[in-house]
Amino acid sequence: MSTTTEYTPKTSTGRIAHFVDQRVGGSGIVKEFGRKIFPDHWSFMFGEVALYTFVLLLISGTFLTFFFDPSMAHVIYNGSYNPLRGIGMSAAYASTLDISFDVRGGLFMRQVHHWSAILFVAAVSVHMLRVFFTGAFRKPRELNWVVGGVLLILAMAAGFTGYSLPDDLLSGNGLRIIDGVVKSIPLVGTYISLFLFGGEFPGTLIIPRLYSLHIMIVPAIILLMVGIHLFMVVVHKHTQYPGPGRTNDNVVGFPVGPVYAAKAGGFFFIVYGIVAAISGLLTINPVWNYGPYDPSPVSAGTQPDWYIGFVDGALRLMPGVLGNFSFEWNIPFPWGVNTLSLNVLVPALIPAGIMFTIMFAWPWIESWVTKDKREHHLLDRPRNAPFRTGMGVAGVVSYCVMWAAASSDLIATHFHVSLNDVTYWLRVLFILGPILGFVVARRIALSLQRKDREIVLHGRETGVIEMSPEGAFSERHADMDVYKLHTLVNYEDRKVIPAQPNAAGHISRSEKRRGALSKFFFEDRVAPVTPSELAALKAEHGHGPAEIEGSSTESIEK
Amino acid sequence: MGDHSHGSPDDSGTVAKAGTGTLDKFQDPGLPPHRKRLADTDPHAEKRAERQVALLFIISIIGTLSFFIAYFVLGRPENISEIRVQNAMLGLGTTFAMLGIGIGIVHWAKTLMPDHEISEMRHEITPEADRKDAEEIINQVIEETGIKRRPLIRNTLIGAIALAPIPAIFMFRDLDRTGKNAGEMVEQLRHTMWDTDVRLTRDPSGTPIKASDVQIGSVFHVIPEGLDEAEDVLNEKAKAVVLLMRLDPDKMEISEGREDWHYQGIVAYSKICTHVGCPVALYEQQTHHLLCPCHQSTFDLTQECKVIFGPAGRALPQLPIKVDANGFLVAQSDFHEPVGPSYWERG
Repeated sequence: MSTTTEYTPKTSTGRIAHFVDQRVGGSGIVKEFGRKIFPDHWSFMFGEVALYTFVLLLISGTFLTFFFDPSMAHVIYNGSYNPLRGIGMSAAYASTLDISFDVRGGLFMRQVHHWSAILFVAAVSVHMLRVFFTGAFRKPRELNWVVGGVLLILAMAAGFTGYSLPDDLLSGNGLRIIDGVVKSIPLVGTYISLFLFGGEFPGTLIIPRLYSLHIMIVPAIILLMVGIHLFMVVVHKHTQYPGPGRTNDNVVGFPVGPVYAAKAGGFFFIVYGIVAAISGLLTINPVWNYGPYDPSPVSAGTQPDWYIGFVDGALRLMPGVLGNFSFEWNIPFPWGVNTLSLNVLVPALIPAGIMFTIMFAWPWIESWVTKDKREHHLLDRPRNAPFRTGMGVAGVVSYCVMWAAASSDLIATHFHVSLNDVTYWLRVLFILGPILGFVVARRIALSLQRKDREIVLHGRETGVIEMSPEGAFSERHADMDVYKLHTLVNYEDRKVIPAQPNAAGHISRSEKRRGALSKFFFEDRVAPVTPSELAALKAEHGHGPAEIEGSSTESIEK
Repeated sequence: MGDHSHGSPDDSGTVAKAGTGTLDKFQDPGLPPHRKRLADTDPHAEKRAERQVALLFIISIIGTLSFFIAYFVLGRPENISEIRVQNAMLGLGTTFAMLGIGIGIVHWAKTLMPDHEISEMRHEITPEADRKDAEEIINQVIEETGIKRRPLIRNTLIGAIALAPIPAIFMFRDLDRTGKNAGEMVEQLRHTMWDTDVRLTRDPSGTPIKASDVQIGSVFHVIPEGLDEAEDVLNEKAKAVVLLMRLDPDKMEISEGREDWHYQGIVAYSKICTHVGCPVALYEQQTHHLLCPCHQSTFDLTQECKVIFGPAGRALPQLPIKVDANGFLVAQSDFHEPVGPSYWERG
């Protein structure tokens, strides 16, 4: 009222925006996000898949809650699935059967929910691998990497609590295994189990308890973490792959409005479409085949959902007794004898514990070894960080060996080999596999770097064969265009940084350790081609292949 | 040749800002020239793309309609194969409905919306000056509370805050709804329904078993008589299930004190794996091995179910049995040790 020069919008869009902005102040958000730049790359879509499958989980899960009865009260099944009619079971299992057979589209929603869960954990995992192998976790994104790791753990927790809800034979056996693992925890394990189940296994309370975890507590924490995760993405702006015109100081890509929003928004429907196709055509968890939970029967060859497999596999790999030595110890204390079940405790906690600890700490480990405290917004091509690629592959191999072990019985029956031999081999692989994986992956990365050098130094192969006047054949090589060349020569050249003395001139023990690790990681390296190197080679013109290899050895620190 | 260790390796501890290279580096050629798409130059291609997008949206509409056809025309399925058909049709309807929208929008964005890549500068997350100001504010706040100068207040506050959440933990004590005290809770794990003269009956029919029914090579899945009348059937069953087999008594290695636990080679062992509690459901007649299908622990029946392979750390507990006056198999007593997975207080 005080001013007369009030802004008056002319279009209807403007009028709506004006109305909203005067009341809640949305123009700042539009200015911030409307034309924000996002880099584009197919590998950035894994995170989107994770987000979208989570949205699908919320939608399909909400639908299921209207029909599911999380109760272990004993009922006699009276629904339309004939083979189980008249059989006693829990209300939870009966309502799961009702959802499958008596609610139209209920089976479809159950399958969408289960397939989305499987894809969700898979997408989170692959997204984390992408972030790891491209070095996107480096400063300033370390904390977001940690949030991502927490999300992975939460995703597995959500999956497991949900897997147990239908109270069928398989999920009951899964709970039995959890009960056994929890009981192996020294001192408090027995009580945790008894409190969790409200008494002895299985009791009548575990399903409602898992239900409140599954539909409320775990998803609420996931939502909170997703919020923090995305907020940090906005704060940091997205990383980008190296390339011409892309530097550590800029972001090159498409603006949110309209291109990026359209692509990302459209992609949600694509993800839903694919999940719907899978759920329509492929049966998952046909609980009606398993029957209600009963502690006595069990079917051979059953598998947990894939993301729990690595823990189950670790349980299988651990030997319980070696000769006459048992890993179950009865330890005499002054107050009596207590039992320590290392054959359960060690495989259940140690491999996953080591893996997650290294994973969470890796951004700091790497910056400590490389003494690199700079901000990084340009990603590494995995070949240009051979040490990291090697470590990542070692982790993946170790995970996959445990994962394969969860199917040891199926491997044995499928390939007609002895089950015991499969286990023995997997035990060996569990120790040697990660080491081999590290060495091989690092060698492959170094070779790819050499190939890049070769292409830069000698140009690309044209496929044109020339015959010299003397009669010798050779292939003509053409110079690369500057844009492609830039991608091949523009990478971080990490070198060994030997242990350095501190201000007092003393080399601390941790610094020595860092120096040794640095030597281990960066002793073998392939340096990027420099302009002077290329110029010298061109001036020489007659050149042999020896130079390509040369730099990797001669530029190592003394 | 090879001047690539140029970037003065010795001082690599004092690093430069990433991306701003040292002297001998290739110049950044900048963004490659923008290439126009067909739809940018050819009006026909543009029109075609427009029609393609619209067609995809129409496919989506058809998909949604076919969902309704599956829902109403197929109605309420009568058997599992009809359910499968309906499920597949609902799924495919949704698939086309969603993919039509999704691919349509992405196609629209890729062919018709501007595809100029734009470069934007990154900014510091916060300027260093702000950080300094924030630090000063926090220090001032702490200073004004005087918490550093008044250790009495500080320490009592820490004590109060440390104690306050403990009731929240104790609130969970009644998660255990049995009303037992701590000792009784653990003690219940030691006992099962088996007792002197409790008959061994078939699972699930509950019919008693005569010694003469048990032949060499056969296996019986056994529950105690009266299990159905138990208060918590599943809880009791989870501890009491037993496997009954017959062996040639000459092949059995029997340890001291267990000489009369079998009846003419008929032996009963707990079916609950000593590893993490799965039912040890597989019996290999030829080798007399019991195998747990969950984690492949293998127990040798001829050696009192000693572990010969897999992750279990302890033999399956044996149930001492005998024959009653009518020739039925009965238990001599409860198990002499707790069944199932090990726990700290097992001792």
